[in-house]
Amino acid sequence: MLHIFCPHCFELRSEEEFHASGQAHIPRPLDPNACTDEEWGDYMFFRDNPRGLHHELWDHVAGCRQYFNVTRDTVTYEILESYKIGEKPQFTDKAGTAKTATTALGEKV
Amino acid sequence: MSQTNRLSNGGRIDRNKVLSFTFNGQTYKGFEGDTLAAALIANGVDIIGRSFKYSRPRGIFAAGAEEPNAILQIGATEATQIPNVRATQQALYQGLVATSTNGWPSVNNDMMGILGKVGGKLMPPGFYYKTFMYPQSFWMTYEKYIRKAAGLGRSPTENDPDTYDYMNQHCDVLIVGAGPAGLAAALAVARSGARVILADEQEEFGGSLLDSRESLDGKPAMEWVASVLAELKNTPDVLLLPRATVNGYHDHNFLTIHERLTDHLGDRAPIGQVRQRIHRVRAKRVVLATGACERPLVYGNNDVPGNMLAGAVSTYVRRYGVAPGKKLVLSTNNDHAYRVALDWLDASLQVVAIADARSNPRGALVEEARAKGIRILTGSAVIEVRGSKRVTAARVAAIDVKAHAVTSPGEWLDCDLVASSGGYSPVVHLASHLGGKPIWREDILGFVPGEAPQKRVCVGGVNGVYALGDSLADGFEGGVRAAAEAGFQTVEGVLPKALSRVEEPTLALFQVPHEKNSARAPKQFVDLQNDVTAGGIELATREGFESVEHVKRYTALGFGTDQGKLGNVNGLAIAARSLNVSIPQMGTTMFRPNYTPVTFGAVAGRHCGHIFEPVRYTALHAWHVKNGAEFEDVGQWKRPWYFPKNGEDLHAAVKRECKAVRDSVGLLDASTLGKIDIQGPDAREFLNRVYTNAWTKLDVGKARYGLMCKEDGMVFDDGVTACLADNHFVMTTTTGGAARVLQWLELYHQTEWPEMKVYFTSVTDHWATMTLSGPNSRKLLSAVTDIDLSNEAFPFMTWKEGLVGEVPARVFRISFTGELSYEVNVQADYAMGVLEKIVEAGKQYNLTPYGTETMHVLRAEKGFIIVGQDTDGSMTPDDLNMGWCVGRTKPFSWIGQRGMNREDCVRDQRKQLVGLKPIDPTKWLPEGAQLVFNTKQAIPMSMVGHVTSSYAHNSLGYSFAMGVVKGGLKRMGERVFAPLADGSVIEAEIVSSVFFDPKGERQNI
Amino acid sequence: MTTANVYQQRPTTGARAESSLHHADLASLVGKGRKNAGVIVREKKLLGHLTLRGDGHDAAFAAGVHKALGIELPGALSVVVKGETSLQWMGPDEWLLIVPSGEEFAAEQQLREALGDLHIAIVNVSGGQQLLELSGPNVRQVLMKSTSYDVHPNNFPVGKAVGTVFAKSQLMIRHTAEDTWELLIRRSFSDYWWLWLQDASAEYGLSVQA
Repeated sequence: MLHIFCPHCFELRSEEEFHASGQAHIPRPLDPNACTDEEWGDYMFFRDNPRGLHHELWDHVAGCRQYFNVTRDTVTYEILESYKIGEKPQFTDKAGTAKTATTALGEKV
Repeated sequence: MSQTNRLSNGGRIDRNKVLSFTFNGQTYKGFEGDTLAAALIANGVDIIGRSFKYSRPRGIFAAGAEEPNAILQIGATEATQIPNVRATQQALYQGLVATSTNGWPSVNNDMMGILGKVGGKLMPPGFYYKTFMYPQSFWMTYEKYIRKAAGLGRSPTENDPDTYDYMNQHCDVLIVGAGPAGLAAALAVARSGARVILADEQEEFGGSLLDSRESLDGKPAMEWVASVLAELKNTPDVLLLPRATVNGYHDHNFLTIHERLTDHLGDRAPIGQVRQRIHRVRAKRVVLATGACERPLVYGNNDVPGNMLAGAVSTYVRRYGVAPGKKLVLSTNNDHAYRVALDWLDASLQVVAIADARSNPRGALVEEARAKGIRILTGSAVIEVRGSKRVTAARVAAIDVKAHAVTSPGEWLDCDLVASSGGYSPVVHLASHLGGKPIWREDILGFVPGEAPQKRVCVGGVNGVYALGDSLADGFEGGVRAAAEAGFQTVEGVLPKALSRVEEPTLALFQVPHEKNSARAPKQFVDLQNDVTAGGIELATREGFESVEHVKRYTALGFGTDQGKLGNVNGLAIAARSLNVSIPQMGTTMFRPNYTPVTFGAVAGRHCGHIFEPVRYTALHAWHVKNGAEFEDVGQWKRPWYFPKNGEDLHAAVKRECKAVRDSVGLLDASTLGKIDIQGPDAREFLNRVYTNAWTKLDVGKARYGLMCKEDGMVFDDGVTACLADNHFVMTTTTGGAARVLQWLELYHQTEWPEMKVYFTSVTDHWATMTLSGPNSRKLLSAVTDIDLSNEAFPFMTWKEGLVGEVPARVFRISFTGELSYEVNVQADYAMGVLEKIVEAGKQYNLTPYGTETMHVLRAEKGFIIVGQDTDGSMTPDDLNMGWCVGRTKPFSWIGQRGMNREDCVRDQRKQLVGLKPIDPTKWLPEGAQLVFNTKQAIPMSMVGHVTSSYAHNSLGYSFAMGVVKGGLKRMGERVFAPLADGSVIEAEIVSSVFFDPKGERQNI
Repeated sequence: MTTANVYQQRPTTGARAESSLHHADLASLVGKGRKNAGVIVREKKLLGHLTLRGDGHDAAFAAGVHKALGIELPGALSVVVKGETSLQWMGPDEWLLIVPSGEEFAAEQQLREALGDLHIAIVNVSGGQQLLELSGPNVRQVLMKSTSYDVHPNNFPVGKAVGTVFAKSQLMIRHTAEDTWELLIRRSFSDYWWLWLQDASAEYGLSVQA
C-alpha cells in the first residue's frame, strides 16, 4: 500500500484514497484532426514501461478530487516527489535518484 | 487420563487451573498457560498426524511458529472450525476440540501409510508435474484422493458466529518481536516520546527469555521483562500487542498484524468481543527484532515422533513443565544447544549422550555439561534413529564433515528423544517480503537481512547478534536510531548485565552423512511439512533443476504455510553441495507474506453480511418496499426492478406495467441517474468538447440529449443536459457512469484545459427524480402543480420551475419511453411528500409504478440505447446509427472526433446496431446470443454479431430484440440466425431498431 | 441575461421533510442504548449545504466570502465554525458552507452579491448530504476501524477536516471538539454508514442522542 503525498492536501495519504490514471505528461495533441494515424496511435496507445523512474498521474478521489503527478521508482516503489499539474518534475531519469527525496515530501520528522 | 509427562514443578503455567480438551475424540487435561502442543506432550500423545506425501506418523517437533507437523483442525462446532492451526501456537482453553488434519481415516491406522510404503517410490519429487498433469483428464480423479490425504484441513460449512475487524494504526516506530532485543528497542523508543507499537506472536512477551537459563543483573531474566512491560504500559502512546503476528511487510512501511484477541479464551469469543483483528499499520520506522529460528540436523528417520528441535525441548521443560521423553540424546554442532541437556538434567531426567560434530569443543556450556558428567561424543552425530511410532534408539557415529562420510560404525544408544540443533537461522522473512535479498554470513552460518529501501532497522538475532548482552545492546541502540530517524530525541538507558561466556563457533553441518547415499539411506527429511527429503533435493539437481527457485518448485521445499522456516537453509546447503557450489552462490528463495496463516474471518473483517458492501438507496426507497417492489442491483444502487401484483411473475408484471405506460401513465424513480451541476462562462464550450454533438445554440430553458465518447471515438456515456442559465447547466449521466463521468470532466479540466472557467459539482444525491410517463401524465401532473403544462407553454425538450405538491421543483419534459413524459426533480428531503401527492392524484389514471425492467422494454421499443448494454466500449455513434448526434462541423476537435474518423472506424462492415424481429414472434433471442448469416457452415461458424437487448414480454405483442450485425444498417429485411447451445436455431429479420411510434409523435403531444 | 440559475429549492410552507436516516427512526432509539455508551451518535439533519467554488488564491474571492459570511476562507484541511454556520475546505477551489435549515437560499444570494463578477460556482447540495455527529470516549477507536487516515489528535486536531476512505466508501471527517467528530455523509450511502457504525461500535456500546 503506497503512501502518497498529495500536493494539494499537503499530506501523505494511503493509496486507497487515490486512483492511478496512467503515465503523466501525455498532452492531448492541440489539433487531433491534424495528427497522422501514427501520431494519433502514439498518443492513444503507447506508454513507457521503464525500469526506474516513472512519472504518473494520480487522482485524489477520496480527498480533494485533484489530479497531480508523482515520480515513482518502479523497482523500489519509492516515490520521489509529488507535483501539481503544470509543474515540472525535479527528478528525471537522467538526473538519477536522490534517496533523500521522500523526506522532503511531507514526512513530519 | 493423567498427565504422564508433566514435571512435578516449574513452568509458566497455573497448575490450579485445570483445563480439559479433546484430541481426535479422546479427552485430556492440561493447565492454563499451556499451549495445545504442551498439553498433548504432557499427556504422552506421540502421533499428532500423518505426513503430507508419505503418510508417515509425525509428532510435535518444535514449540513455535516453525512447527511443521502439529497442524491441526480446531473447533468444537461446525461453525467454529479453523483449519491449519499450529498446536504450538494455540493456547489451551477449556473445551478445546482438536483433530488431526491429515491421517485418513485415522492417525494411528492410516490407509495412506500402507500406500506410503509403496507410494514413497510412486511419489518422487516432481510427482505432480510428471504424473498428474498428463493426461489432464486423470487429474480430476487423483485430485480427490490427494486433497483428502494431504494436510489442507477444511473450512466450516456454517457461518462463523464470531466477529472480526480491522484497526488502522499509525505509529512512529513499530517493533516486531518482544524478545530481549525488541524489548530493549521498545524501551528506547518509548522513552523518546514516539508513538510505539510492540507486537509479538506469542501469548506472552519475552521471546527467548521465556525459557532461558540466563539471568540479568543476577536475577531471573523474566523479572527484567516484567519491569520493562510495567514501564511501557505506563508510557502514553505505547501499544502492546501480544498474540499478534506481524505477517506482512508491504510497500512504504505498511505492515499487517494478525492479532488473536480471544483465541485463547474459548471456542467462541466472549459476547461482544472481537475474535481476531488485522492491524493495518503505517509506521515511520520499523524495528525488526524477529530473532532467529533453530534449524534441525538432517539425519535418517529424523521425522519419527521423538525427534525434536533442541530448543523446543528446553521450551517444553522450562516454560510448560512437561518432558517430551525420558532419555535424551542431543545431536549438535554448536555450544548453545548444550543448555538443552542442562535443562534436561535440572528436571531430573536422563541425558544419554551428547553427540557434538565438532572434534574438540571447549566452550563454557560444553565444559559445564562435561563437569556434570554428561557423556559427550565429539566428532560425532546422530546418523539415524530407530522406531516406527516413537524413537527407541539412535545411532551415533563418528563423521568426517568435509568428506561427508561416516568414519565409524558407531553405536546404537537406547533413548526415546533425539534433540538436534544444526545452528540458527535469523528470521529474515519480513525483511525479505519486499524483495530485499538476504546475505549469507559464513561466521554465523545463516542469512541476515540485506539492503532494502524500507525504513527499517534490524536488531538482535535477526542480525546474527545472539549473545544476550549483545542482543540487548543492539536492540536498545536500534531503538534509539529508529526514534531519532522518526524525529524524536535520543535517550539513554542502563541495560541489565547478562553473563558473558565464551561460545565457540558453530560447525557447518546440515545433512548428516550416512554410509548409504541419500537415495538409499533411511529418509532424511529437510522439510517435514512438505515431505521433502535430502534425496529428493539431490534428485532435483540431478534432473537439471539448478536454480534455487526451480528446486523449490520441483520438490515443494518451503512451500505454503511453512515458508521455509526449518528447512530452507538445510535444503539450500544440500542443493549447493550436490551442485558443488557455495550456499551464497546458490542463493535463497523468495519469502512472501503471510509469515503464518491468517483466517479468512480476519481477512474479511467487518466487511461481510449486510455490510459486505455499501448499498445505496433513493429517497423513495421506503415507498417502493411498501408497494411490493422487487429490487435490482444497479452498481451499488437498489432500484425497483418491477412491482408484482397478486403474485405476478416478472413477465406478467412487466407486461402490465408496459401497457399502463402506453395507455395511461406510469411512475419511475429516476433518482439514481447521475446529475452534475456545471457553472461558469466556459461551461457551454466545455460541453461542446466532451459531447459529440453541438451545444452552442441550446437556449436557456431547453434540454438536449448528448453522447460522450472516449478519445478513441467509442461511446462511453449518454444523457440529457439542460441549460439552466447562460453559464449554468445540469448534466445527467447513466446511473453507473455518474462518478466516472465527473472524474472524466475533471480530468480534462484539470490536466488539458485548466484555462477554461467552469466548475463541476455532483448533485446526484441532492435531487430526487420522479418520472411520469404516458398519455395521461399531463393531466395527472396538472393536478399537483402550478406550472402551465400546455404543449405551447412547455414543449418537448424544455424544462420549467414551479411547485409540485407544494414543493419547489424543476420539471424536465424529456422522454425515455417515447411517451409524453415529465421528470419531476425536488430536493430529496421532500421527495416522499411529493410522491404521495402524485400517487393520490394518479389514482384516477391508474398511475402504475414501474421498475427498471419495464423501463428497459419501453426504451428498446423506441430503439433508445442503454450504454453498457447495447454498447461495449467498441461502438462509435455511427455504429449505433446515431450519426445524427455527431457535430461534425464543430470548430474544436472534440473528444472522440479524431478517434471515430480512423480508417477502421469508418469502414462499411463494422458491427452496427439494428432491430431484430424473430420470424416466430413467440421466440425469445437470448441476450448475448451470437448471430450468423448462414447456418449451413462448419463449426466454428463465422459470427457476424450478437444480440444486445431482447424482450419477449412488452407492449408490442411480439418478441423483439436489438443487436449488432456486420454491415447491418444496409441489410434491412435480410435474415440472421442465432444458433443456440441446445442445437436449436432462431431466425430473425433485420429491421429498424425503432419498433414503436417511428415518427416520434407520442412524446410531442 | 442571467449567468446562473438561483432557485429557492426548500419549500417555505412547512412541507414534510425526511432526512436520509428517516427510515432508521433514530428518535425512537434515544435513551435505549447501553448506559455510558462509548459512542454517541446524533443526526444533524436538514441543514443548508452549499458547495462554493472559486479561486482561493484570489484575494478578492476571499474578501467576498468574508464579506458575505463574516468568516475567513479556511485553508487546506480546515473547518471554521461560527455559531451554527461552518465553512470547510474541500479542495484548492472548493469549500462547503453549512448554514441552519432554510438559510441557504439567502446565503447563496449574499455570496453571489459579494462575489460579483468573479468566476465562481455555488451549488445547493442540501438534499444530498448531512452531518452525523459522533461523540464519546471510544469514537477514535470506531474511526480507526473505519478509516486509514490517522485520527490521533497529534495528526487530527480539533478544527481539521479531511476527505478520506471510510469502510468501503468515502466521506469527510470533521473534528469539532475533543471527543466530538462529524461525518459528512451522502444521502444514498446513509443507511450503509448507519449499519456500519452500529457494527463497529458494538463492543463499546452505542447510544443515540436527539
